[in-house]
Amino acid sequence: MLLCGLSIFAIVLLILSELMLRSGMAWHKFGFKFFFQQGIPDRYSGQMNYWDPVNGAFSALPFVYGTLVSSLLSLLISVPLAVGLAIFLTEMCPRFLRGPLAFITELLAAIPSIIYGLWAVFVLVPLLREYVNPALSKYLGWTGLFADTNPTGLGYVAAAVILAVMILPIISSLTREVMTAVPHSQREAVLALGATRWEMIRTGVLRNARIGIVGAVILGLGRALGETMAVTMVIGNTPAISKSLLANGSSMASVIANEFAEAVSDVHRSALIEIGLALFVVTIIVNALARFLVWMVTRGAPARVH
Amino acid sequence: MATSASSFRSKYRAATDHVVTGLAILATVLVVVPLVAIFVYLLLKGASSLNLDFFIKNPVPEGESGGGMANAIVGSGVLLGIASLIGIPIGIGAGIYLAEYGRGTKLANAVRFTADVLNGVPSIVMGLAAYSLIVIPQHHFSAFSGGVALGIMMIPTVARTTEEMLLMVPNMIREAALGLGLSNWRSVLSITVKTASPGIITGCMLAFARVAGETAPLIFTALGNAFWSVNPNREIEALPLQIWVYATGPYEDQHRLAWAGALVLIVLIVLAVSLVRYVTSRGVLKGAS
Repeated sequence: MLLCGLSIFAIVLLILSELMLRSGMAWHKFGFKFFFQQGIPDRYSGQMNYWDPVNGAFSALPFVYGTLVSSLLSLLISVPLAVGLAIFLTEMCPRFLRGPLAFITELLAAIPSIIYGLWAVFVLVPLLREYVNPALSKYLGWTGLFADTNPTGLGYVAAAVILAVMILPIISSLTREVMTAVPHSQREAVLALGATRWEMIRTGVLRNARIGIVGAVILGLGRALGETMAVTMVIGNTPAISKSLLANGSSMASVIANEFAEAVSDVHRSALIEIGLALFVVTIIVNALARFLVWMVTRGAPARVH
Repeated sequence: MATSASSFRSKYRAATDHVVTGLAILATVLVVVPLVAIFVYLLLKGASSLNLDFFIKNPVPEGESGGGMANAIVGSGVLLGIASLIGIPIGIGAGIYLAEYGRGTKLANAVRFTADVLNGVPSIVMGLAAYSLIVIPQHHFSAFSGGVALGIMMIPTVARTTEEMLLMVPNMIREAALGLGLSNWRSVLSITVKTASPGIITGCMLAFARVAGETAPLIFTALGNAFWSVNPNREIEALPLQIWVYATGPYEDQHRLAWAGALVLIVLIVLAVSLVRYVTSRGVLKGAS
């Protein structure tokens, strides 16, 4: 049994060492600047070529950019909603609604990414293309962030919306767990001082749970960073850096999913594995941080009763 | 003056309270309604696309209508079988260690922490790991490598649910077993684990249903295969892979099959999640305690 427990460490080390071994070629060739070097200007159009495996241009910059933009944007959409949902479920919700709502969020957290992607391709993207993107570029086009030059409806915004839908259940269920861990005496004390319900939630619950809520958000970020299939299906898969959020892009996970099976050379394959290694290290750090923050809040709490 | 100022203040506070309550309800509606809409849409679309051919026919060449996903269903079965053979025993073992042998020790805490972190590692990275571990040395794609990737992904989930279920077994039962003179391993295996077994089994089902929908780790391990194959040493088709290919393709008939495939996966997930919920809410251990 101890062996089985230790095997979990072994798996992490094995993944790490295998990925390091197989990405060695790209590492030796490009070094650390793989992740932020500029592209090579194209011979004909003059556009920046960041990623052109056939002609030997390898820069992970557009993928790092795409991953960051789509994940942060998705947090922007999902965090307020998830925290609002958690507040409603723990502090306001009538008892008979609590079970079903918790069940629905649990269910949605378990639905595979490919199915969200399927939905996004056939429902979300047409919706964005027909209504949302034109409206965004009409009213917010002056910021330069929503220049609508993309007739497909794919792009960073589409990826961010589907990511938001996917990480919402995770963030909200963890936030709920953290908020339930705040002792009842805290709530009663604040209420006894004559606070309204919101003041009680703000000073009694949120202030005590804030570290854990940050942890929940970071955990959501970790999921968003590594999410592959749904993003691959809607982000547009263009290795470019665009200021416009409606433009096609590409993320670290999506480029691996798209190109790995048909990699043109050993360097190409090795570069893709290096992107995977970066993803692995980053998500390990992000997840460890998140778990640690959540644990800080819930460690004193009584064991969860099912 | 003082009273009107304080009454204004209390009105302001009450108003803030109402506004926040409204916002929380709004957030809930904004979350739940679209999510339920997505879910119902998937169910309806899938139900209207599903027929018997889906289960018994192989794919037809692109552009032709009809056909099914029989090979993908069987392929998923093979992959999940391999994954379960790897993931379930190791996962249960790790769970037993966490709950029974290592409880409270630093090492167990470290194992639990690592399992949680491993749970958050992107599935595509697991695919890369299985690729470099098995596909490169073997020089060909295989169902086996895909199964290994999925199996590794099952371990943390199985371990954590097993631990959770074992912790629900009352200490009295352990004490009674030891009091009768059973050795520790005997008491763990025949008493504690047996008492918690309905919970452990449903936990395994949940892990199974989760990896059943995983696509990313299979793209460059199992690869996909347009023909009937059950050989673990060759490329194999899987349901989620097939959904991916069909959804991104241009053919109406393939889209229909993709929806049907999605429905099959969803039904699997719903079954597993509700079973887990049923078992835990009923109290796994009613019969025993």
